[in-house]
Amino acid sequence: MRKFKGCACALLACTALTAPAFAQDNEIHIALMTDLAGATADYGGQGAIEAVKMAVEDFGGELNGKPIKIDFIDHQNKPDIAVTKAREAYDSGTDMIINLSNSAAALGVIEIAKAKDKVVIVTGAGSDKITGEACSTNAIHFAFNSYSLANSPVQALAASGDTSWFLIVSDFAYGLSVEAAVTDAIATAGGTLTGTVKHPAFMASDFSSYALQAISSGAQVIGLSNSSSDTTNSIRALKEFGIGGDQKMVAFTLLINEIHGLGLEQASGLLFADAFYWDRTEASRDWSKRFYDRVGRMPNMVNAGDYSGTLHYLRAVEAAGTDDAAAVLAKMHEMPVNDVFAENGRVREDNMMVHDMYLVQVKTPEESKYDWDYLNVLETIPAEKAFLPLEQSKCPLVKKG
Amino acid sequence: MPEIFGVPVPVLYGQLLLGLVNGSFYALLSLGLSLIFGLLNIVNFAHGTMYMLGAFLAYFLLQPLGLGYWWAVVLVPIMAAGLGIGIERTILRRIYKLDHIYGLLVTFALTMIIEGLVRVWFGVSGLRYAVPDSLSGMVDLGFMKLPIYRAWVIVAALGLCLLTWAVIERTRLGAILRAGTENPALVKAFGVNVPLLVTLVFGWGVALAAFAGVLAAPLMQLTPQIGHSIIITVFGVVVIGGMGSILGSIVTGLGLGLLEGLTKVYYPEASSTVIFVVMILVLLVRPHGLFGKQ
Repeated sequence: MRKFKGCACALLACTALTAPAFAQDNEIHIALMTDLAGATADYGGQGAIEAVKMAVEDFGGELNGKPIKIDFIDHQNKPDIAVTKAREAYDSGTDMIINLSNSAAALGVIEIAKAKDKVVIVTGAGSDKITGEACSTNAIHFAFNSYSLANSPVQALAASGDTSWFLIVSDFAYGLSVEAAVTDAIATAGGTLTGTVKHPAFMASDFSSYALQAISSGAQVIGLSNSSSDTTNSIRALKEFGIGGDQKMVAFTLLINEIHGLGLEQASGLLFADAFYWDRTEASRDWSKRFYDRVGRMPNMVNAGDYSGTLHYLRAVEAAGTDDAAAVLAKMHEMPVNDVFAENGRVREDNMMVHDMYLVQVKTPEESKYDWDYLNVLETIPAEKAFLPLEQSKCPLVKKG
Repeated sequence: MPEIFGVPVPVLYGQLLLGLVNGSFYALLSLGLSLIFGLLNIVNFAHGTMYMLGAFLAYFLLQPLGLGYWWAVVLVPIMAAGLGIGIERTILRRIYKLDHIYGLLVTFALTMIIEGLVRVWFGVSGLRYAVPDSLSGMVDLGFMKLPIYRAWVIVAALGLCLLTWAVIERTRLGAILRAGTENPALVKAFGVNVPLLVTLVFGWGVALAAFAGVLAAPLMQLTPQIGHSIIITVFGVVVIGGMGSILGSIVTGLGLGLLEGLTKVYYPEASSTVIFVVMILVLLVRPHGLFGKQ
C-alpha cells in the first residue's frame, strides 16, 4: 500500500510539473534551450542557466507585477528533439527561446518560431545561414557567427605576411559555415588555400592523421574550422606532431573554458576573434566575478551573450508594453544594446545583433599572472568591420537598392 | 618524390603508421569486448565507458593523489577490474539466462549513469593529461617524425593482446575457461568453480579497456564522451572479426585501423563510415564474421 501511495505521489508530481502553463497576456515566459550536459555544454549547460537567471534577477525578476518564468530545456544536441520541444514550449505559453547551441538545432527552431510567431534569440550557434538564406523576422542572432570569427584573424595574419592556408574542417553545418567564411576571407585578403581536410564532427578523437596532413602541406597557417572537443584535440595533435616555428595555427572557435582545459603551454600564441573577454573592462570584470561565484569558472562569449540577449529582450518587452512578438521585435531593433556584453550593439535589418569583436591572443604561461588570466586583447574590431556588410547579405529581409 | 594515387609515399607511410596506432586501440578494446561476449554472453555496451573511466582514473591519480603515469598503468586496470567484478557480481550475474538484449540494456544504462557522473564531476571542457617525460619526444623514421609515445602505444597494446591470447589459447586455465563456456554444467561437475572464472574474465576484460584508456589519456583532451565515440567503431570491429573470436579481434582491429588510416588520406569524409561499409560487406558474405565459428 505504501508503495502504491509513493507511486501515486510521484505520478501527481509528474503531472504537476508537465502541466502546460497557458498563455496569459503579458506574463513573460522564457525558455533556455541548449545542450545542458552533452558534448557542447560549454556553449550552454550550467553557464547558460546562471547567465539567464542573472539577467532576470538584474532586470528585477518581474514584469507588470508578475514574476518572469524561466524554463530550462535540454535539446541533447539533436535537431529533432529541439524542434519538438520548441513546438511544445511555444504552445504552452513560452514567449521567447534563447541559446540554441548547435547550428542544426537552431535552424530547426527558427522555422518553428516563424510558424508560431514567437521570438527566438540564437547565442550558442554560429552558422551564417541564421542571418543569411535562413533569416527570419522572428529570429535574432546575438553573440557571434562564423563570419565574425573567421574574418578578422585572416585579415590580421594577411597584414603580417601570412597568406597561405590549410584548413581542418569539421563536416557539419557549423564547420562548413566557418570553412565558407574563411575561404571568402582568404580570397579577399589575397591569400591562397593550399588544402582542406574534413573530419566527422564530434566522432573523431584521433586527429593525428589530419595534423600530419596539415603540417606536411607546408602552408603558413593551419586554420581549425571546427569547435569544442574537435578543436582542442586538433590543437593537441598539431602540437604533438611538432607544428613548426614557421607555421601558425588559428582556432576560429575557441571558448575560454577550452583554453582552461588545454592549459597555456598547449594553447599559448593561438590567435582568434572573441566577442567577450571577462578581463577587458571594469564592468566585465565585476559581472564575470559574480558569474564565477555562481558557476565556478569565468564566463565565455556565449554565456555573456545569453545574459545580454535575455536582458535586451526583457527591456524590449517593457518598452513595448506587450509580449506580442512583432511589437517586441520592433523594439529590439529600435533600442541599442548597451551592457556588459556589447557596447553600442544594434540589431540590423538581417537580424544580426552587430557589436564590436576583439582580436585576441592566448598568453604564454609566463605572461599569465592570476587565475583565468589567459588573453591579450590585441585589437578591437568595430562592429561594421566585424560582421558581413549588409550589401553582401543573402537574407531576403534586407532591402537592396 | 614517388607517389601512390597522388599521395607522396612518405606521407602514406606516416598515415599507415598512425593507422596502426589507432588499430592497436581497436584491437585492445575489441579483444576485451570479444572475450566478455565469448565467455559471458553479454554484449557489453559499457566497454567504452570503462575505457573513458580508465583515462579519468589516470587523471584522478595524478591530480589529487600525485601518482604519475607508470602508477596509473599498474593501478588503473586493477581499480577498474575491481569495479568490473563488483558490477558482475551484483548486476550481470542476474541476467545471464536472459536474452542478449537485456545485457545490452543493462550495460547501456551503466554507460549513461557512469558518463553522467563523470560529466557532473569533471565537466565537458576537457582535461589535459601530459605525456610522461620518459616517453616524450620524437623519433625520426626518415619518412616521418613519430612521437615516442605513439610507438609505446603500439608495443604496449599489442603486447597485452598477445598475452591475453596466449593465456586463453595456450594454457590450462584458458582451456578450462573455454570448456566452461561450452558446457558449464560439465565443467562444474569436475569441481571447477565456473562462476568465479566468469567473474575473473569480466574483470580482465574491463581491465583491458581501462588500460586502453590509460594509454589514450595523454593523446587527447579527456571528455566524458571519448568512450562512446570509440565504442561504436569497436563494435564494428568485433562484428567483422567474429563475435567471440580472440585472434579475430586482434587481427581485425589492426587491419581496420590501417584501412581507416588510408581513408583519412584519400577520402577523409568517409573515415568514420568505412568500417561500417566493410561490416555490411562481411555480414553479407560471412554472417559470423571473418574469424567467427559456426
